[in-house]
Amino acid sequence: MTRLLLGRLVQAALVALVVGGLCFALVRVLPGDAAFRIAADRYGPDALTAQAAEAVRQELGLDRPWPELLLRWFGELAQGHLGNSLVSGEPVSEELASQLGPSLWLAASALVLSLLIGLPLGLVSGLRAGSGLDRLALIGAVALRALPPFVLGLVLMLVFSIRLEWLPPAGYGTWREMALPSLTLALGLAAVSSRVARDAVAAVGATTYYRFARLKGLPERAVLVRHGLRNAAIPVITYLGLQAVYLIEGVVVVESLFAYPGIGHALVHDVIARDVPMVQGAALVMGLMFVLLNLGVDLLCRLLDPRLGAGR
Amino acid sequence: MLFVPRPRRAVLRGLIGLAGLLALAPAAGAAEGRSAPERALTVVGPWEVGGLDPASNGHAFTRLQVAETLVGVDAAGAPAPGLATGWTVAPDGLTWHFLLRSGVRFHDGSPLTAGIAAESLRRARANVGPLSRVPIATISAEDGAVVVVLQRPFALLPAFLANHTTIILAPASYEPSGRVVRIIGTGPYCAVTVAPPLRIELERFEDWWGGRPAIARARYLAVGQGETRALMAESGEADVVVSILPVSLARLRRNPKLAVQTVTPPRTRLLKLNAGSPLFSDPRARRALSLALDRTGLAKVLLRNPGLGADQLFPPAVSGWHAEGLPPLTRDLAQARILLAQAGWRPGTDGILERDGRRFAATLRTYSAWPELPPLAAAIQAQAREVGIDLAVSIGNTSDIPARHRDGSLDLGLVSRSFAMIPDPLGTMLQDFGLDGGDWGAMNWSSAETASLLDRLAVLADPAEREPLQRRLAEILQAELPVIPVTWAELAVVANRRVAGVRADPLERSYGLAEMRWGTP
Repeated sequence: MTRLLLGRLVQAALVALVVGGLCFALVRVLPGDAAFRIAADRYGPDALTAQAAEAVRQELGLDRPWPELLLRWFGELAQGHLGNSLVSGEPVSEELASQLGPSLWLAASALVLSLLIGLPLGLVSGLRAGSGLDRLALIGAVALRALPPFVLGLVLMLVFSIRLEWLPPAGYGTWREMALPSLTLALGLAAVSSRVARDAVAAVGATTYYRFARLKGLPERAVLVRHGLRNAAIPVITYLGLQAVYLIEGVVVVESLFAYPGIGHALVHDVIARDVPMVQGAALVMGLMFVLLNLGVDLLCRLLDPRLGAGR
Repeated sequence: MLFVPRPRRAVLRGLIGLAGLLALAPAAGAAEGRSAPERALTVVGPWEVGGLDPASNGHAFTRLQVAETLVGVDAAGAPAPGLATGWTVAPDGLTWHFLLRSGVRFHDGSPLTAGIAAESLRRARANVGPLSRVPIATISAEDGAVVVVLQRPFALLPAFLANHTTIILAPASYEPSGRVVRIIGTGPYCAVTVAPPLRIELERFEDWWGGRPAIARARYLAVGQGETRALMAESGEADVVVSILPVSLARLRRNPKLAVQTVTPPRTRLLKLNAGSPLFSDPRARRALSLALDRTGLAKVLLRNPGLGADQLFPPAVSGWHAEGLPPLTRDLAQARILLAQAGWRPGTDGILERDGRRFAATLRTYSAWPELPPLAAAIQAQAREVGIDLAVSIGNTSDIPARHRDGSLDLGLVSRSFAMIPDPLGTMLQDFGLDGGDWGAMNWSSAETASLLDRLAVLADPAEREPLQRRLAEILQAELPVIPVTWAELAVVANRRVAGVRADPLERSYGLAEMRWGTP
């Protein structure tokens, strides 16, 4: 257990180093003049002038050599500071804190919704593998996964906001505004997790221990709960870790579409505006969340299957 | 394999439990003031709120009428009383007195004084913004008036003081370093919550000098996607939506619950040319490119309004600057080919023109901050090809245009230029067509006559005296084409019929919240 935690800690430190350095390098090699880019985001296209860009260059010291800027960032990171946004001048940590909350709510509710939709569907399909319901679920999953989140989001807006007038198409504040963006993400997630769950359940259903449990006369319910669910849960939970990737990229698109003030929406703007400290900070937070999520998945899997921890 | 799963009820119970949890969870971050009796009027626009600095985000606070400027603008776009009731200028044209409105209070209850107003203006002048381009010597306060002394006469001073970067804020808005930490203005609405980048919550200011606004609470939501903005209007979630994409407009017009208004702002999409490049230094080449453009077609297909084809720089709505009877810019491919031949260009084997072994090939740069620009650029590329001009379209960031203007690497840029930053278009013309050109205007092009016209206009205040000079300016620009007008713009404002008193502002200075009231749908 300690080894696992230590390993993940080292991983987190590596993520910080690589993400910080990579973001810095990537943003620097983007074409165009950083001072002009930052000024464009600050003052808007109509008020952008070369004079404004020069003022930005002076204020932020953008003409300093790059090793100095990168080392300064790492130095500050070691002390727990993420620097200030180049566009707004506010501390990155404050900006991220205000963006991370909405994004976490969105991601968490999307994950829960996807489990609510995906797991029961996967369970039923797996138990009746090959049935009409199973095939229907497969078609639905393929269709939903094939639709880009942008299109899916617009379709949901048309149905729930325009036709039914139940939910607002954009905004932030209450659960009503969050419903459509999280459903957009959840459907994409559930499309795959339902199939993973279905395959896991079907595989467990075909094992000898499962058949033996039924042969020895256990009621169906006990067979499923004692021998089926736990064994089928491991691939499903492992897959949840991988779905974080879909969630993170989905959040970027969905937040922009639904005008949702989260970290994905901000990241798009930060990259366009060349706000290096914000890009580094946001990518760092996302990277660390990924490490944390994987740690959670590992721990859960060990809880479900003690053999995983024992052998090593 | 075909057995009925028994644990259905357990799954169902779990489902209901989790759904309950989900419904409860986000309530922790729920909107403030839900118990208020009246719903907040929701205004949706595309502009994000970057922060509190008036130089970068003053427009958000003037549009929402949180903060005000000394000078306002009347319906015709001329300077009008704002926080100053009037102004006088000494005969030498240098010393200006702006008489302050009496009895004005800031949202924190403190009174507006000339000293405070002068201090706000001095901060605006020191910051990035149009006021730094005005030849100001000093700004001071003198019993009930702000006194501005100029280095040389400049008749546009009142128009510059109507710009959103010159908003007057209470001293408590600033921290000692000069950074704005709160917006405490004098307008009919107080900013209760400013949550960058997407939301501002407003409450009526009971002590506004202009009277009590009818609507008690309002909020602004920035929604970047045009499709989403249209859907917010249709679903009734938004009361007023500013800036609607042309493709959505017809659908919204058919909706009986919505009222659509369109106005023509002083904004032109134009081709900014590098007149110093061998391709475009010959005015005949610039004219030929202009003659290749089917402006009506572009406007009809891409903007859904054929009337927006820009046959000269200013649209008819900009009075005094739109020159009646000016020979319009039209499409004439035969004439374009003749001009290009006269300039020495001959068609090569692939149909692209050549001269002394060099192809007529250039990069057309534009940006996606305005969604109509990339498709316009693609259409221009196709039309230019018909006369043998090979344009490669490059879509980048807004800042590429001024940055490449500075380093000289721009061939051709498609830009959307507003002439309303200073309500008098002359403010922008001075910036774009002076002797050195401008970041968004002429590049490596100058004309002594234009420069002298601009110099003379800058000291004239009387519209009647200015008119002939402005007309001459329009004639020169039409003949020389340092920039090629492509289309004018249209601003669409959609209001739900439950709101009355909505007025689309072509200068995009104000949403007019204070004049709105709840009506019967």
